[in-house]
Amino acid sequence: MTLLDSWWDLRDLGHAVAAFLEWLGDRGVPSWLPYLVSTLVGLMALLLWALLSQLFFIWAERRLLARIQVRLGPNRAGPFGLLQPVADALKVLSKEMITPRGADKVLFWLAPIGVVVPAIVALGVIPFGQRMVLADLNVGLLFIVAVSSTATLFVFLAGWGSANKYSLLGAMRSVAMLISYEVVQVLALLAVAVFVGSIRLGDIVSWQGRYNTWLIFLQPLGLLGFLIASSVEVNRTPSDIAEAESEIVAGYHTEYGGIRWGMFQMAEYIAGFVVAATVAVLWLGGWTLWGLEEWVPGWLIFLIKLYGVFFLFIWLRGTLPRLRIDQLMGFAWKFLLPLMLLNVLLAGLEMVVWKETEAPAEVVLPIWAVGNIAIGVGLVVGWALLMGHLRPRNRPARSLLVREVGQIYYRPLEEV
Amino acid sequence: MVGEPLVINVGPQHPSTHGVFRLKLTLDGERILDCEMVMGYLHRSMEKLAEERTWTQNIPFTDRTDYLSAMTGNLAYCLAVEKLAGIPVPPRAHWIRTIMAELQRFASHCMAIGTFVNDCGAWHTPLLYMMREREKVLDLFELACGARLTTNYMRIGGVARDLPPEFLPRLRELVKELPQRIAEYEELLVENEIIVARARGIGVLSAEQAIAYSVSGPMLRGSGVAWDLRKANPYAAYEQVEFDIPVGVHGDCYDRFLVRLAEMRQSVRILEQALDMIPSGPVQTPVPLALRPPPGEAYGRIESPRGELGFYVVSDGGPSPFRFHIRSPSLINLTPLPEMVRGLTVPDAIITLGSIDIVVGEVDR
Repeated sequence: MTLLDSWWDLRDLGHAVAAFLEWLGDRGVPSWLPYLVSTLVGLMALLLWALLSQLFFIWAERRLLARIQVRLGPNRAGPFGLLQPVADALKVLSKEMITPRGADKVLFWLAPIGVVVPAIVALGVIPFGQRMVLADLNVGLLFIVAVSSTATLFVFLAGWGSANKYSLLGAMRSVAMLISYEVVQVLALLAVAVFVGSIRLGDIVSWQGRYNTWLIFLQPLGLLGFLIASSVEVNRTPSDIAEAESEIVAGYHTEYGGIRWGMFQMAEYIAGFVVAATVAVLWLGGWTLWGLEEWVPGWLIFLIKLYGVFFLFIWLRGTLPRLRIDQLMGFAWKFLLPLMLLNVLLAGLEMVVWKETEAPAEVVLPIWAVGNIAIGVGLVVGWALLMGHLRPRNRPARSLLVREVGQIYYRPLEEV
Repeated sequence: MVGEPLVINVGPQHPSTHGVFRLKLTLDGERILDCEMVMGYLHRSMEKLAEERTWTQNIPFTDRTDYLSAMTGNLAYCLAVEKLAGIPVPPRAHWIRTIMAELQRFASHCMAIGTFVNDCGAWHTPLLYMMREREKVLDLFELACGARLTTNYMRIGGVARDLPPEFLPRLRELVKELPQRIAEYEELLVENEIIVARARGIGVLSAEQAIAYSVSGPMLRGSGVAWDLRKANPYAAYEQVEFDIPVGVHGDCYDRFLVRLAEMRQSVRILEQALDMIPSGPVQTPVPLALRPPPGEAYGRIESPRGELGFYVVSDGGPSPFRFHIRSPSLINLTPLPEMVRGLTVPDAIITLGSIDIVVGEVDR
């Protein structure tokens, strides 16, 4: 993108902020003031965006799920029911917050506040545009992983502090899942870092822009692993085990009501946005769209990608049943982890070959895209077969149809 | 670390107890050491109340025992009283009863499978798909008797009123549509990896156990025992229709689910035949309002969507039953639950309970 560097260049709202800061600097204000102002502006923008997006997506999720489930969804409040989230928010705000008698008051109070913080903080390093990033950390990727996993601490506080057995079970499940899927997530990200050679998020986007490709083509397996691991971490079906409604009522936030519950809901949505943003930045080219970013604001492209990924989560929620906790854990350790390790190995080998042969990117990248997709599919299928996907007990069956009564057809299911 | 086992109450207020029913689980982590069932929250004393009302007045009670399958409740009770008083039933009434019972089976299985998949963690999507078809069945009920859920349609000696003229054409339309809907469910659910992984080998009830617990209905057939009262002891018009009995093999949750799905197909098959074979004629044998059956006892039983639903009625020659007992399949199918879930985990217990398909109104009566 040719940078105009003018404050009115709407394609990157960072210009306006930069121009304003420059203007402040010219007036001879103390050096800490521009720093403070930029932080405040960025924070306000992020919070505003996160809250508005969340409000919109509460509506969108309910409408989409309703479409999936052949019903109408909220359509009374405002046009198309668009004001429904506002009504919900007002309801949540005005509800009584009950603290159970046996609860640990401090932890119970702290958990809903604390759980939102990591989600919002992680947003700080997400580049919405070339200059639209609050903190352009050179360890952005690591920062996201590190910060977003601390949310589990507060989830556990909630479960522990509620003095409720369902909450406790939910909290234990949540911690167990975090430990398993964090590894998968980090390995998936590692492969990207190996490819790009940087963990600054802006660099990753510009790398994809430079080679005119998206990492989804080069790292399909990594994306798959990351998506699955993230859907576990943000508690969405098929892995909403920590708050499995049909089993443990609402998991760790069973005892929460009113705005405290609203905070958990908010944390969940914003964490979902962080995941979607990470996918958009790392695998879908961030704010770039093969030159279109010259004409369309980059942040708009980025948001469309982000919402697209989030839509995927909604779609899954409307489609899939839930796994059991041991199956989910087994899936992490036996299936995803080896695949992710192989993926990192593959990425490393490919980079070494590229560096050694010094072949032009136009030749190397297409070969690897095709190769990695083929290898990805092969590995997934092969590993599934190896892990016993075709075992008799995993095979679907049909019931027998008999005409006469009186016979017994029972046969124990063979243990494999 | 050795600690005390954790006791949690699943219910009486819980998203997946299908009513007010309580399951007291003793857990070691997530593993179930023991399971105790506590029931009676929905006890309405129906069997005693029935002794105060006339034979005909008791029919609405039978709607409300198993409120997801009111027609079959009506039918079983009417059969019992007809047997006791020796009242003949005109052939058209027999066929209408068959049609209603099969429609009801379809609707009830829709709920059973839908809630079972819900218990597996699907966020209502399959349930709502099935609700869509169930709605159409309930519309037909509304057409025939004015009520959707508590139908109160059968009478001693026939049915309350003849089918309205538009009923059969609409039923024909529905019957044409249903097979592709069932195919839709099968496509969505039968080969679903997660459902297979969750339900296969879970909540196993062997054929011997099933017989020993006198379990009946899809649960018995899921355990591989080919037993269906519609064939073994035909009532209404079942002798004249052709259908197969779906039978499971391994007796796990998945097989029970498959059996129900296959039974939906068989119900449609029966309905197709009934549409062609239903005769015209009267629909009710005149029965005095204050019926006084001769002293004696009778047991009328049918294959309800949940199993063998029986009404044991004793008459002392008076205008109301001397004794009125309901052999409710939900209650009896529930009894092996502790044995089925011991050693499994909490989610398994939930789907096992879901696969039994209880209606608490019938468990507690």
